[in-house]
Amino acid sequence: MAHTLIEKYKGQLLATVLMAGVLSVLVVMLGVYFWNDIKANVFLYSVIKILVIVVPLLLAVAYLTFAERKVIGYMQLRIGHNRVGPRGWLQPIADAMKLLFKEIVIPTNSNRFLFLIAPMISIAPALAAWAVLPFTDTLVLANIDASLLYILALTSMGVYGVIIAGWASNSKYAFLGAMRSAAQIVSYEIAMGFALVGVLIAGGSLNLVDIVQAQQGSVLHWFWLPLLPLFLVYFISGVAETNRAPFDVSEGESEIVAGFHVEYSGMAFAVFFLAEYANMILIAALAALMFLGGWLSPFEGILPDEFLATGITGLVFGSGVHWLFAKTSLMLLFFLWFRATFPRYRYDQIMRLGWKVFIPITIVWLVIEGAAVVANVGPWFD
Amino acid sequence: MDNFTNFLKSLFLWELLKGMRLTGRRLFSRKITVQYPEEKTPQSNRFRGLHALRRYPNGEERCIACKLCEAVCPALAITIEAEEREDGTRRTTRYDIDLFKCIYCGFCEESCPVDSIVETRVFEYAFENRGENIMTKDMLLEIGDKYEAQIAVDRTEDAAYR
Repeated sequence: MAHTLIEKYKGQLLATVLMAGVLSVLVVMLGVYFWNDIKANVFLYSVIKILVIVVPLLLAVAYLTFAERKVIGYMQLRIGHNRVGPRGWLQPIADAMKLLFKEIVIPTNSNRFLFLIAPMISIAPALAAWAVLPFTDTLVLANIDASLLYILALTSMGVYGVIIAGWASNSKYAFLGAMRSAAQIVSYEIAMGFALVGVLIAGGSLNLVDIVQAQQGSVLHWFWLPLLPLFLVYFISGVAETNRAPFDVSEGESEIVAGFHVEYSGMAFAVFFLAEYANMILIAALAALMFLGGWLSPFEGILPDEFLATGITGLVFGSGVHWLFAKTSLMLLFFLWFRATFPRYRYDQIMRLGWKVFIPITIVWLVIEGAAVVANVGPWFD
Repeated sequence: MDNFTNFLKSLFLWELLKGMRLTGRRLFSRKITVQYPEEKTPQSNRFRGLHALRRYPNGEERCIACKLCEAVCPALAITIEAEEREDGTRRTTRYDIDLFKCIYCGFCEESCPVDSIVETRVFEYAFENRGENIMTKDMLLEIGDKYEAQIAVDRTEDAAYR
């Protein structure tokens, strides 16, 4: 069926793709031609820099949903999508198209203004946090001193979108989901904050570039080793923070249908979806930056410095943005792996884990780490 | 001591890691998906799909309008009207099966004394308009003519068990 449809519309499809290609080439050529003028215009230049981050990010989100369904399918002995496009690669595009053309239903007794603004409130911080995220030591949109604090503040903002969505929907399930989500995010925010305090002590800075540079040396110099408990607490809290399985009580499809976004449809729903996945990527990227050495090459200290710094081997094995991507992808794989493996936590268990396990663990480890810093334990704290 | 080991086990996420090891292994094992339109699962010769009315090799319809199938049908999906034909035999003038009512239990097939009403292996059918769910006598006979070879093979294979 799908094949015959593709056959039928092959001409139109090809024409569209061709036109899009020609148009984008034209835009790029114009951009290159007027590059000096654009660079002089601060506003335009900033917009272009933002687009360079946000567009690949949204593409990454689209393909993360694809990867998620594929990985979970494989873990369940299924093969997942393979119909739309070669090997199913166009599936996320098809999904996006479907959601774009669907009607946005606004419940009669909802608060219309809040109902529509809630998805925006949840996606804005998810995207804004990327402003300070360094891709390499020079490749960063806004290299501000308190970037970690900024990210912490923005990721906490995301919960308002969820709460407002739940409240504005005027639906019991949405409201229950929002309440759960609020309580959960507030609890895990604390454990996460404490875990980050550990990173601050070890890195000696709130600036993410400095934190990564403090990890230079070798794989063993990365903070995952001295801060292993904090790393685990941070990552598990991150899973809870993004409302992902096994902490997805705010969605809990078997209990409260879809939680806070039951009443949302079409693009409004897609925006929540986008925010959730953008947050997932953000948490994974932060884990890579703060605990796994960010863009630093894992071969540092193993292969000779000259080999890593020069020529084609330097490009491949040396430090660079590709290592950050690889580490982020690895952490994202864990997100999917968790979802394929664990059943949902009970609500009281979530609270117990957050308050009675994670917070004590982080506090104990902060004391140990403080002692290590005072005693100058090498190679991390000297 | 038991409490202590349990505490350590949960603190170091032992059971969770074991679960992840299982799913991690499954990631690489052989997939069992049957890619439906291209691949199909094997069917039994007793498969109960779309209905058909059969004919004798000489072209005479088998059904003698005994109405046993109509009587046995638990979903009341079969409607039969009968009359005497010119040659004096009793034949159906109407034989309707409502496929929305039918539960594909196969009782009609079992009750039939002349092996006339049968269920074939056909299961890929759909209706696009109202009323298409009613299979008339002509449609059922047509299906029977189309799949007679397969139907006959399936009946002989199963004959020993009936």
